[in-house]
Amino acid sequence: MTDPSAARTERPATPEAAAAVMAGCGAEGLRLRIRGGGTKLGWGRVVTEPDVELETGGLDRLVEHNAGDLTAVLQAGVALERAQAAFAEAGQMLALDPPLGDGSRATVGGVVATADSGPLRHQYGGVRDLVVGITVALSDGTLARAGGKVIKNVAGYDLGKLFAGSFGTLGLIVEVAVRLHPRPARTATAVGRSADPEALQRAAGAVAHAPLEADCLDVAWASGAGAVVARFGSGDPTARVEQAAGLLRDAGLDVEIVFDDDGFLWESQRDGQRDPTGSGAVVKVSALQNRLAGVLRAADGIGGAVVGRAGLGLSWVRLPEAAPGDLVAGIEELRRRLQPAACVVLDAPVEVRGKVDPWGEDPSALALMQRVKERFDPAGVCRPGVFVGGI
Amino acid sequence: MAITVGQVPLAELIGICGPGRVVSEHQALRTYESDGLLQYAVVPAAAVLPETAEEVAAVVRACHRAEVPWVARGAGTGLSGGALPVAEGVLISLARMRRILEIDLENQRIVVEPGVTNSEISAAVGPTHFYPPDPSSQIVCSIGGNVAENSGGVHCFKYGFTTNYVLGLDVVLPDGETVTLGGSELDRPGYDLLGTFVGSEGTLGVATRIILRVSPKPEATRTVVAYFDSPEQAGQVVSDVVAAGIVPGGMEIMDNLAIRATEAATHAGNPVDAGASLIIELDGSESECTARFDEVVSLCERNGANGIRIAADEAERQLIWKARKAAFAAMGRMSPNFYVQDGVIPRTRLPEVLRRIEDLGSEYGLRVANVFHAGDGNLHPLVLYDAAKHGESERAEELAGKIVEACVEAGGSLTGEHGIGVDKKRYMGKMFTEADLATFQRLRCAFDPDGRVNPGKVMPTPRLCGEVPGPYRQHPIEAAGLADRL
Repeated sequence: MTDPSAARTERPATPEAAAAVMAGCGAEGLRLRIRGGGTKLGWGRVVTEPDVELETGGLDRLVEHNAGDLTAVLQAGVALERAQAAFAEAGQMLALDPPLGDGSRATVGGVVATADSGPLRHQYGGVRDLVVGITVALSDGTLARAGGKVIKNVAGYDLGKLFAGSFGTLGLIVEVAVRLHPRPARTATAVGRSADPEALQRAAGAVAHAPLEADCLDVAWASGAGAVVARFGSGDPTARVEQAAGLLRDAGLDVEIVFDDDGFLWESQRDGQRDPTGSGAVVKVSALQNRLAGVLRAADGIGGAVVGRAGLGLSWVRLPEAAPGDLVAGIEELRRRLQPAACVVLDAPVEVRGKVDPWGEDPSALALMQRVKERFDPAGVCRPGVFVGGI
Repeated sequence: MAITVGQVPLAELIGICGPGRVVSEHQALRTYESDGLLQYAVVPAAAVLPETAEEVAAVVRACHRAEVPWVARGAGTGLSGGALPVAEGVLISLARMRRILEIDLENQRIVVEPGVTNSEISAAVGPTHFYPPDPSSQIVCSIGGNVAENSGGVHCFKYGFTTNYVLGLDVVLPDGETVTLGGSELDRPGYDLLGTFVGSEGTLGVATRIILRVSPKPEATRTVVAYFDSPEQAGQVVSDVVAAGIVPGGMEIMDNLAIRATEAATHAGNPVDAGASLIIELDGSESECTARFDEVVSLCERNGANGIRIAADEAERQLIWKARKAAFAAMGRMSPNFYVQDGVIPRTRLPEVLRRIEDLGSEYGLRVANVFHAGDGNLHPLVLYDAAKHGESERAEELAGKIVEACVEAGGSLTGEHGIGVDKKRYMGKMFTEADLATFQRLRCAFDPDGRVNPGKVMPTPRLCGEVPGPYRQHPIEAAGLADRL
């Protein structure tokens, strides 16, 4: 069993052409899948083969980079890595650093549509906090914009947040306007190691509550040992990284500080959010910060490894390669141990995603979400069935 | 504009809230006729003051059954007429729902009812933590209103807006059903309806329970106010600070007219002959603040500051901010009436937009004072006028409209924090196309297919919701030519 592939591929080069593809699908009732870099196609419920796949590769313009205003406008098909390279030339960044997948192919549109994130989320927020405007194409051919390209704006409804994480079920994200941030001139990372989950939780809590403004605050855990990792950036992060190191030491951790060449530590944190084998699984856990030790223990209980945003309560539990039946059992066990925390299955073989609902329990507002879906995609052609509750 | 309007179910409302918390006498109802924007006034048919989420839900259900429109109101400090009542509808005041339900500092969370004031939240989590969004009205404005309007404040360039701090909401939908959007944890599965609800100006439902994230209080705060010959010079400092990679907690500019008004009101010690003042506040760790503060001061000097005042202590800092936060109220000393705008521009367009505002002021023969959140390009031009003088109100309103158009033309927005409400809905077409507005309406119809929640706000023209996905049927109002279908 493999993920379904599309019968027909469309690669529009302009927003208007993309809207026309959408309209065609809506009018003819053709099931549509939108594809960016194709690095997260396996997320969500297993659904029947789409009739049409809309590839965003033709929508690859970096429309604006307003360096003085710290904003940019990007078409959906722009590779995130390419956008970052352009912003870096001006000493800036889009503070979104999710894993970029095979060949670093992840696109802006795909990252927004899945609301994926990385370690920078600790300080800068997620997709929902960084997208300030959005242009979408709906399945009746509507091409509409919400928000703007200024960082502060309350005119009209915030459809950027509605489409962030909507998994292509409401329509096509054509273009986004984003807020940028200055790229720190220097960085330094404190790493505190321990085999005691409680000590790691305590240490992470101490850094999270200290007025140190870490750029990133992560936890890593595998095979009964782990670390709290805290990164600081600015002109000179020395004083703050040393203060953080002190807090980690006070919590009983073994501490070292890495100045400047700390990128490898964070690459490893990002990598931990994906399953590179194709036969393991990754479960994203939404919990409160003070349940961190419980998450680490639960992961141990099913032979999993963890990376997570220790100050936010988000963790990615990675299960190693195993038979589908064992992965299913592991996921169910994790959910049982961590309830009521949401445990969303991201990477997993299709056999596994066919047996456990990747989204878990239906949300309280499911009926309302269904009404939203009906309004935005009345033809019901945008990736039907893949999302929460079968939306 | 309401669609079909029934009779207000007064007896039922009294049954829910008791006679003491239902207002139906005309004179008493005048309390609710306006919010913070006094140019608009409508007396509602009835007002209710529920004390629990269950009472709110019961009131909404009663309105739904009776086909009566309703409007929710917090403290009534809004500046766009967002809480303006509907004459034939019910006004739901959340002023009695003022309980703090839970404080969980370990997880940086607080759970409150909508009537709690913005300041009470910071007080409840202090001194170790604080709630960053801080609108100038924070002492009285309610968190429910902040959620509806996605309120900002002077510290949002660094810290973000209300929407960045709301984690979860219990919302009573227009049919009286209660749903939970978001929750205590981040990233609950499903559409981010929480994100669309915050800032929806009370048009999608009413929040009865609010979960917020709070932040550790910064270790150090350094505040400087510098004086310049012109706002353009002050604006250049702001650009230079941002280009240097510094992210201040707040950056606020006032022009000469605003300085004079606030000085008369607060005696904060600002020179009344200065062309502009710029407050820059850094906060964060002691080491970072100290390192960056000298850089900020030297950028002020390099751009021709002719006076620099550094707050020596918390009292002096408070005084500096008092002058800024009093700006709107102080305008009463300069002019019998004034009209506030809230446009946003890309920060780099500041010099040209300020020139345009000045030219427009001369053209209309009216004075315009400027105060603005400079970091995020949010302008608050205050058009001064005398309503007693024939035609001046109309001229002021027209001038204010031209200013907001200039902001949109510069690539900005109609409103940065005050909302569209009734006041700016007529300008929505300047910023959005018909397709954009029709797409907004899809969201509204998913929440409120009957159009009974805060009708007449946000959208420039009355709209109906078609049936989905069934066959087309003509609505009686549409047949009568009173409204268009999207």
